[in-house]
Amino acid sequence: MSGAIYVMWLRQLKRFWRSKARMAGSLGQPLLFLFALGLGFGPVYSAAGQGNYLLFLAPGVIAMSILFTSMFNGIEVIWDRQFGFLKETLVAPVSRINIMIGKTLGGATVALIQGVVVLLLTFLFGFRVHSIGGFFLGLLFMILIAVLFTSLGIAIASRMTDMHGFPIIMNFLIMPIFFLSGALFPLENLPSVLSIITKINPLSYGVDGVRGALTGTTHFGLGLDFLVCSVLAMIILFIGSKLFSKIEL
Amino acid sequence: MENSLEVKNLSKHFGKLKAVNNISFNVPKGSIFAFLGPNGAGKSTSIKMFTSLTKPTKGEILLEGINVLKNPDNARKQFGIVFQDHSIDDELTAYENLKFHAVLYQVPKDIRETRISDALKLVELEDRKNSLVKTFSGGMKRRLEIARGLVHNPKILFLDEPTTGLDPQTRNSIWKHIKMLNKEHGMTIFLTTHYMPEAEEIADIVAIIDHGKITAQGTVTELNKKAKAKTLEETFLKFTGKSIREEQGSGLDMMRRMRRLRH
Repeated sequence: MSGAIYVMWLRQLKRFWRSKARMAGSLGQPLLFLFALGLGFGPVYSAAGQGNYLLFLAPGVIAMSILFTSMFNGIEVIWDRQFGFLKETLVAPVSRINIMIGKTLGGATVALIQGVVVLLLTFLFGFRVHSIGGFFLGLLFMILIAVLFTSLGIAIASRMTDMHGFPIIMNFLIMPIFFLSGALFPLENLPSVLSIITKINPLSYGVDGVRGALTGTTHFGLGLDFLVCSVLAMIILFIGSKLFSKIEL
Repeated sequence: MENSLEVKNLSKHFGKLKAVNNISFNVPKGSIFAFLGPNGAGKSTSIKMFTSLTKPTKGEILLEGINVLKNPDNARKQFGIVFQDHSIDDELTAYENLKFHAVLYQVPKDIRETRISDALKLVELEDRKNSLVKTFSGGMKRRLEIARGLVHNPKILFLDEPTTGLDPQTRNSIWKHIKMLNKEHGMTIFLTTHYMPEAEEIADIVAIIDHGKITAQGTVTELNKKAKAKTLEETFLKFTGKSIREEQGSGLDMMRRMRRLRH
């Protein structure tokens, strides 16, 4: 049965590897954020006594690139539905849950690769990881973010047939998830409305986890970050599998 | 068990539209069965139900004796299918598409490579096995889809308009392969087509469906006699009338069709 998970995963990676333009293109946005925000807000941030903004921002930008790639993995489901390949997987004598898991892991791996590339890019801007252990812990949080949001993207895509609607809905979701997550600003002393929103936003815990692991400063604490991200990833993967297995053509 | 496929009182309703309205028939083992009907008659909806892609509103389907509704995963192992529209991954090579299929269908590892190369040989695509499918012509893609349907050695092969849009050379070669599979491997063939002469030549049994109901079934000779016609095409027109049908198509179908035109 694990064969199905493996081939679905492998297919995602092969497709990704063969479209290097996609990879290069998706690095533009994180670079822009690092360059414009990182360097632009740096002086104000340190004048306010908060230290090095780039050190603060880099984990947020890494999480952002994973978030975007992960959520947009859902478009592959719509693409496959539109161009027929989904039928091939749906008539196969394997459990659809395994197909969904394979797709999720494949998409999450692609997102993780993007995240690692962005992490390497942040080094060029002067970002430094505080310890080797922290680096691997950071990878763990990156994996959790990738699985969480890839399942969410695929779950939503399972219910959609409209190729043009998907990116619109995705942007509608991704933008608030990103901007209200603490990726760009510290979560301390926020106005209460914003503080509440950031607390119910799952990405806040993901960003905080990556930041805590890579730089050693966290807001919620790594334990809570891990708990929220891993439990949510499981729940959404489960819901996504249910939705995916109900697809009829 | 003498039938590869048994369909009993099968219906599929979409709101008020009765796409398939209480059809029953049997496909004997080892036969070539042609399912004919005008556009929008309910052919593709029926095939989707037989192959577990759509749930019927009511009725029963037995595939090689296995209840498709109660035991879909087991039923899915019994058949191969070539869909009406494109269902190959363009971004993978021909070989990768078949390998992928073999793993999904749990073809044992030791015979996987033989099965794949046999299937590729059969449709004469062996020399192109490492090319990306997006570089293939429409006919080559079709042949690859047939090869894919054979990799897991199914007992029954569904072909939904396998020759639409292909040149006569490719059509002949596809029918030749299909006949060979039927004669030499005893594979049951269930096909739909709009080319009546092709159905006339290849099919052992014909069923004509119109407005979701089966209006006639039997051997070609029987049906022609019944309709007092000389060819299957005349018979078909007598049973289904001459008016042109409106096909209900979603945006999705339109898009697929547009894509097919571009290729």
